[in-house]
Amino acid sequence: MVHNSSVPLYWRLRKSKYNLIGTRCKTCSTAYYPARHLCQKCRRKGEIEEFKFSGQGKILSYTIIRSAPAGFERYTPYAVAIIELAEGATISGQVTGKIEDIKIDQPVIPVFRKIYEDGSGGLIHYGIKWEIADGQRA
Amino acid sequence: MVDVAVVGCGYTKFDEHWNRSLRDLSTEAGMLAIKDASIDGKDIQALYVGNMSAGRFIGQEHLGALAADQAGLIPIPATRCEAACASGALAFRKAYMGIKSGEYDMVMAAGSEKMTDVKGTDAVATLMGAGDQEWESAIGLTFVGLYALMARRHMIQYGTTREQLAMVSVNNHRNALHNERAQFRYEITVDKVLKSPLIADPLRMLDCSPITDGAAAVVLVSDKLAGRFQNPVWILGSGQASDTVALHDRQSLTEAMATRVAAKKAYEQSGLTPQTVDIAEVHDCFSINEIMSIEDLGFCRKGEGGKFVEAGKIGRDGEKPVNTTGGLKAIGHPIGATGIRQVCDITRQVRGDYGKLQVHGVKTGLASNIGGTGATSIVHILGSERPGR
Repeated sequence: MVHNSSVPLYWRLRKSKYNLIGTRCKTCSTAYYPARHLCQKCRRKGEIEEFKFSGQGKILSYTIIRSAPAGFERYTPYAVAIIELAEGATISGQVTGKIEDIKIDQPVIPVFRKIYEDGSGGLIHYGIKWEIADGQRA
Repeated sequence: MVDVAVVGCGYTKFDEHWNRSLRDLSTEAGMLAIKDASIDGKDIQALYVGNMSAGRFIGQEHLGALAADQAGLIPIPATRCEAACASGALAFRKAYMGIKSGEYDMVMAAGSEKMTDVKGTDAVATLMGAGDQEWESAIGLTFVGLYALMARRHMIQYGTTREQLAMVSVNNHRNALHNERAQFRYEITVDKVLKSPLIADPLRMLDCSPITDGAAAVVLVSDKLAGRFQNPVWILGSGQASDTVALHDRQSLTEAMATRVAAKKAYEQSGLTPQTVDIAEVHDCFSINEIMSIEDLGFCRKGEGGKFVEAGKIGRDGEKPVNTTGGLKAIGHPIGATGIRQVCDITRQVRGDYGKLQVHGVKTGLASNIGGTGATSIVHILGSERPGR
């Protein structure tokens, strides 16, 4: 069983998981995705506000998961990358499309997709995956 | 200032122990350490137990009291320590600090993990508890996947080759040949590693440490008691540091900042340097982590770890013998036990009584235990001479 299948846990995160909404510190302009509510640089002097990321990003590194954890077995092989967002934050995410098309430094855009299902009767988890930006495919 | 020495150590066979429980293994390791130290168990004043996830692996929490109970050591204080894969080193450090503080004169530090009571995919999901549940596990990342992300970046940035990664596993398997407690005691070749199944590109099956059951224990004493023992091995330095839990939040994917910080502290305390410390136990949960650790511990410059391995410098007869008894790859990696097992191996090498496993002339050794993808890093340096003497 996948521990993060908890409904309240997913509900709490729906805003950022569905819409690429994180936070930004008004004091130093550092952007955080996933959201942080304490600025790592300004700490108490920081002032955090909600912030929507543009979705422009590029691939810093990637891997193809061929041996999955419980809950993801049926999706293998799938690609996971670390994406650097234009505003400065970095995030892990699955990359859709053809595995052979994925390359380091390639621009990607966010797309709304199903991430996994908790068995046949459980919650369906939606969220953001990343797609290679138009005109960048091999 | 109180000085602290290790005076007894032991670890169980690391294996898939279908017929043995966490309790059996922990008690055996404790008895091995007590016998090795030639002490009476009732002289132990406190117990620290490193364990990552007994709650998920066997549904058992409250391991401190359980260990004291099973060992017949009640009512001494017993504390469980958890820092993912660095839980063992954390227990060791807490035991060290307990003596250093003046509170105790004799303490046992132990580590254990029972991983094979659950099926493989559940074990993989449990291990992801060492990462970020909300943002890494939730998208299907695995630990080998996280290290694969580092490996890919290291290869792109520094030209580290697939063959160099394989050579790490080859060296670890070769070193385990004479280690009777190792899970895998056979040689492998670079070719065999490169033909093993892909788990998370570019990492393959033989880049990965296995799922293992096992336990390890050591006895630590203050300088007040150390004189009673024949071969005390002194703790010369102890450093611990933290980094972001999620890999994607790091400044660099190819460097464990926490290891650098922890190592710097341990080197400074010991008066040793990466060049003068004789041998090292590093955290090769995946081959790439041994290469990164060799760099982060200062044995070579950042980016040159692959070449360092390829040149044979980590071999038992090399310039800096690393994982002289098989490492996590070949001995096995019962998560909470590993940090203590590393200290056991360094202790025996420094004592010079390690039989076929002995590396000649070892006076000092370093143990580097890493939690998660580097969010906790703990480095200890041990040696035959009492600090500052």
